Amino acid sequence: MLKGSRLWFRYGNRQPWVVEDRTVAVAPGEVLGLMAPSGYGKTTLGKLLAGYLAPTRGSVTVDERSLPKKRYNPVQLVFQNPELSVNPRWRIRQILAEGCPPDPACLEALGIHSGWLNRYPHELSGGELQRIAIARILNPSTQYLIADEMTAMLDANTQALIWQGVLAFVAQQQIGLIVISHDDPLLQRLCDRILLLADDAVSKVDGPAKVFAKTA
Amino acid sequence: MLSISNLGVTFTQYDQGLRRKQLAVITDLDLDVKAGEVVAVVGASGSGKSLLAHALLGILPENAALSGTMRFKGEILTPERCRALRGKTIALIPQSIGYLDPLMTVGGQVQRVAQLAGRAKAEASASVSKTFARYNLSETVRDRYPFQLSGGMARRVLVSTAVVTQAQLVIADEPTPGLHPDVVVETLNHLRELAVEGRGVILITHDIEAALQIADRVAVFYAGTTVEIAAAKDFLSGNLRHPYTQALWRSLPQNEFIPVPGNQPSPEQLPVGCLFSDRCDWVSETCTAERPQLRELRSGWVRCVHAKG
Ligand code: SF4
Repeated sequence: MLKGSRLWFRYGNRQPWVVEDRTVAVAPGEVLGLMAPSGYGKTTLGKLLAGYLAPTRGSVTVDERSLPKKRYNPVQLVFQNPELSVNPRWRIRQILAEGCPPDPACLEALGIHSGWLNRYPHELSGGELQRIAIARILNPSTQYLIADEMTAMLDANTQALIWQGVLAFVAQQQIGLIVISHDDPLLQRLCDRILLLADDAVSKVDGPAKVFAKTA
Repeated sequence: MLSISNLGVTFTQYDQGLRRKQLAVITDLDLDVKAGEVVAVVGASGSGKSLLAHALLGILPENAALSGTMRFKGEILTPERCRALRGKTIALIPQSIGYLDPLMTVGGQVQRVAQLAGRAKAEASASVSKTFARYNLSETVRDRYPFQLSGGMARRVLVSTAVVTQAQLVIADEPTPGLHPDVVVETLNHLRELAVEGRGVILITHDIEAALQIADRVAVFYAGTTVEIAAAKDFLSGNLRHPYTQALWRSLPQNEFIPVPGNQPSPEQLPVGCLFSDRCDWVSETCTAERPQLRELRSGWVRCVHAKG
């Protein structure tokens, strides 16, 4: 279980709270959607859960233990813009080999062309590069995945193609997945439950604020 | 107002062995835009939609060769003429606040855009005031820096940059990804208003949903070519003509969420025939023999030999 307990975050003592008393938990094999208006700190919450930021108060744990600092982080985060997450001077092959060598079936499921492997990031389109960024983290050491508007810049077909690949991997490896998105139909398609962060009255409660059954 | 036919853009590149490579990034691209109309250009990344904007603004890189014709108000658009019209008659609404100068107040920047479009200083200032008032941006916003704007405000400032120029053709490049739905609706409504005032608007987007909210017509791009031009209402009524457009529509999460596997062909190795042939269920020998022509069908346009009336 990946659990963020009573998370608070602000950038400095005098700054306003960006995240206020949020508790989020996702179990292996579960797909959880996070929905909230802009300014509710969803992206910050994602970064806290993946250990990119340290919470001002509260804790993030995987199976009751805090996130490892030195080893491969079992909680991986994917953003909207892949350019930010790859080394621009490496060839794609090198980028993919950095963690664990990629599984050919997984490359195939994501529609990654073998011809891309010898290229540099700037020689791929945004959609192609995003698939590389995703393929890189779909490996056996990843236990939890946080997808923050992961396909918001992609056309509908590429979006569906990528999610098909990711969901297959998530089911097979029993990965816990958190999907952060503004796109309601997409969340309805993907998620077992959706957490609404908008309602302040319930967000202070310890535990999921609002839970919906999957309709799709 | 704008009519583009058989546009081609080829990049010449030299690889490490100094072998010359020709990349046909746009082939046989067609589009027309009338005054008072929003035309959405929809496609995947790499389909040529941003390059079309670059061609119209005269900002393609030096190694790009153009073919085909672009006309604006009846006159041929050469790259020189595009550059002369840019920011005056043809304006771009940039994708994000990242295009603004972070060290200059937004009022100052919009003012500068108005002056570059040919307005005298006082007149430019008056038009900034008027435009900011129109978009509900208070006078104090003029003194803010880009990072001090909320998402919605930033979108309104970016629209203002096009409005102060009084451009007749406005190109909006991917204005919506990752925005909250309310801000998306607001941004799209602003674009619609620009068309209602008589401007031609090109909305470049990968988001069909957004496009259908305001577009009169939708041009679907694939691998640098126009595969279909449909009325916006054709999507909901099932009157789509090209297999790719149909696939794109089916793949939306609110529809079937089922993708077509594969990728667009590489611009280095375009097939002789239909560019979609390797992913199409209807493919036959005629498809692969030569590139299908764009033809009129059911009050729209399609580039597919098997699409029926
Ligand atoms: S021309 Fe042939 S291959 Fe191309 S889209 Fe039409 S049916 Fe498919």
